[in-house]
Amino acid sequence: MARILSMKDAINEAIDQEMTRDKTVIMMGEDIVGGAGTAGDDDAWGGVLGVTKGLYHKHPEQMIDTPLSESAYVGAAIGAATCGLRPIAELMFIDFLGVCMDQIYNQAAKFRYMFGGKVETPVVIRAMCGAGFRAAAQHSQMLAPILTHIPGLKVVCPSNAYDTKGLLIQAIRDNDPVIFLEHKNLYGSECDVPEEPYAIPFGEANIVREGRDLTIVAYGLMVPNSLSAAEVLKKEGIDVEVIDLRTLSPIDMDAVIESVEKTGRLVCVDEANPRCSIATDISATVARDAFKALKAPIGMVTAPHSPVPFSPSLEDIYIPSPERIAAGVRKIIEA
Amino acid sequence: MKNPFPINKDGLLEAYQRMKTIREFEERLHVDFGRGEIPGFVHLYAGEEAAGVGIMMHLQDHDRIASTHRGHGHCIAKGVDVKAMMAEIYGKSTGSCGGKGGSMHIADLSKGMMGANGILGAGAPLVCGAALAAQKLGHDGVGITFFGDGASNQGTVLESMNLAAIWNLPVIFVVENNGYAEATSVDYAVAADSYVDRATGFGMPGITVDGIDFFAVYEAAGEVIKRAREGAGPTLLECKMIRFFGHFEGDAQTYRAPGENEDNRKNRDCLKLFRKQVTEAGVVSDAELDAVDAEVMTLIDEAVEEAIAAPLPKPEELTTDVYVSY
Repeated sequence: MARILSMKDAINEAIDQEMTRDKTVIMMGEDIVGGAGTAGDDDAWGGVLGVTKGLYHKHPEQMIDTPLSESAYVGAAIGAATCGLRPIAELMFIDFLGVCMDQIYNQAAKFRYMFGGKVETPVVIRAMCGAGFRAAAQHSQMLAPILTHIPGLKVVCPSNAYDTKGLLIQAIRDNDPVIFLEHKNLYGSECDVPEEPYAIPFGEANIVREGRDLTIVAYGLMVPNSLSAAEVLKKEGIDVEVIDLRTLSPIDMDAVIESVEKTGRLVCVDEANPRCSIATDISATVARDAFKALKAPIGMVTAPHSPVPFSPSLEDIYIPSPERIAAGVRKIIEA
Repeated sequence: MKNPFPINKDGLLEAYQRMKTIREFEERLHVDFGRGEIPGFVHLYAGEEAAGVGIMMHLQDHDRIASTHRGHGHCIAKGVDVKAMMAEIYGKSTGSCGGKGGSMHIADLSKGMMGANGILGAGAPLVCGAALAAQKLGHDGVGITFFGDGASNQGTVLESMNLAAIWNLPVIFVVENNGYAEATSVDYAVAADSYVDRATGFGMPGITVDGIDFFAVYEAAGEVIKRAREGAGPTLLECKMIRFFGHFEGDAQTYRAPGENEDNRKNRDCLKLFRKQVTEAGVVSDAELDAVDAEVMTLIDEAVEEAIAAPLPKPEELTTDVYVSY
């Protein structure tokens, strides 16, 4: 039965259901329980934004608070994944990647290949990502492209609560290391979410809006922003198709190319910085594989090549807004 | 004559066989690398055998170890197939990892060997995870992470010591202190006077042993492994040892004192010491050890011959094993 659920609650429910189904699913992270060793509540926080609140009392043996020590506990999650557990490590913000990157890209990502296919590493690294929270340069980045670049990692960045539950369940059941990026500005976004567990396969993009004139490819927060832009453009007679990639590795290029062959125009929308991004990757692939289908140059709407600024007035123009996306589409339609 | 050692005669011969296998494996690689027959980087464990074997004699397959860039000795001591290792170092399809890992990435999880590692200190958190898995899955396996005096300065090692201590994990942090971090002296690079002091700082016991004395290592390792198995938590074990070769093959070792290598070979050879100890006690004869030597030489010769004759990986292997197939 479906009910309206927020993305935040969908994450909680997915972890709860998987921990109930499989006792080898454990989770570790900083204050994912909160209050360990204190005189107060033993589950004071449930994660810094309360995403995992309540899971400790349901699964006390499976929820483990860690010291502020990302290299050690992310590495421990990866090591445990090769020894019979299915750990979820929460990296509070993906920006903290720098202090545990070795364990992710030199260890987890490479074990299977480097050891001749004999080792599986079923670990999920959940992390908040994205701008718009007034959290400034070191708590706001969209680092999906850096992670997508690395063979051996799977990278997921959902745009709504329904996909989040299904993709997170798939991530936990998956036998490869999965980076699960949760846009913090989407935690409150709500939609119908079935109560029963379900898995959404990786590598299947979702056409969230059908249209004739131009294809927008987006992921994460850029999906709702693109849909808002599409509504504005509709009033101007521009009919936009919006593709939600859902997973960046694997990536569903077939869906993108099929759409571009129908519309003849492409705008890639990416909250990441513009160089070597998902937007440039999609653009290059379409230019190579579907050049003849293009009626206009490929457009890109991205963050600028700058760190995320603090001042709200600057941050608001850093993030690709529905207005900027609409302007980017008009430019290609008029080209 | 009464056996004064904590291991029976078969065990002593087994320990000698493992140490000798490591020695000859490495001596042979040294020669063949010099001839240009081996691709890539190799870092040799010769001289350090007593530490790896003295510890590994206590372990079973469900005990996990994380090794270093200098990993051949740990692999052999933990029971990884020697011929498959040699083939791996030659980059052949019959290698432990199908030729995709090489010297610095030999692993065999079925033997509890979580991998040699090209990243210094990276094994420490991985072994914490193995130990956590043992706790959660309810078996008495321990995790042992090896790292050198060089990697002992990596933040990830220090973070892991703290994590293992607060979670009371069955982990042994083994510092293989051969005095050199690549070409830099431990006296220059390590601030603490003693690794025991470092262990104390993380709330765990620390022990320093003479790593060239197999029996000293065996005894100390036995205690700390028993302690970990019984749920008493992690320990640091420093083995002071000798690296017979350079950091990597091709290292001219001009940082060493004049005559240092020759003196080590002559006076600080753990295999010679072991032979002296067991023969003087009258428990094992020279002839019995010589017979092991002969067996080992045959094994290494065969390993090299088979590695050279083995097929290269097929081109299509370039892109297999990068994700799990469903």
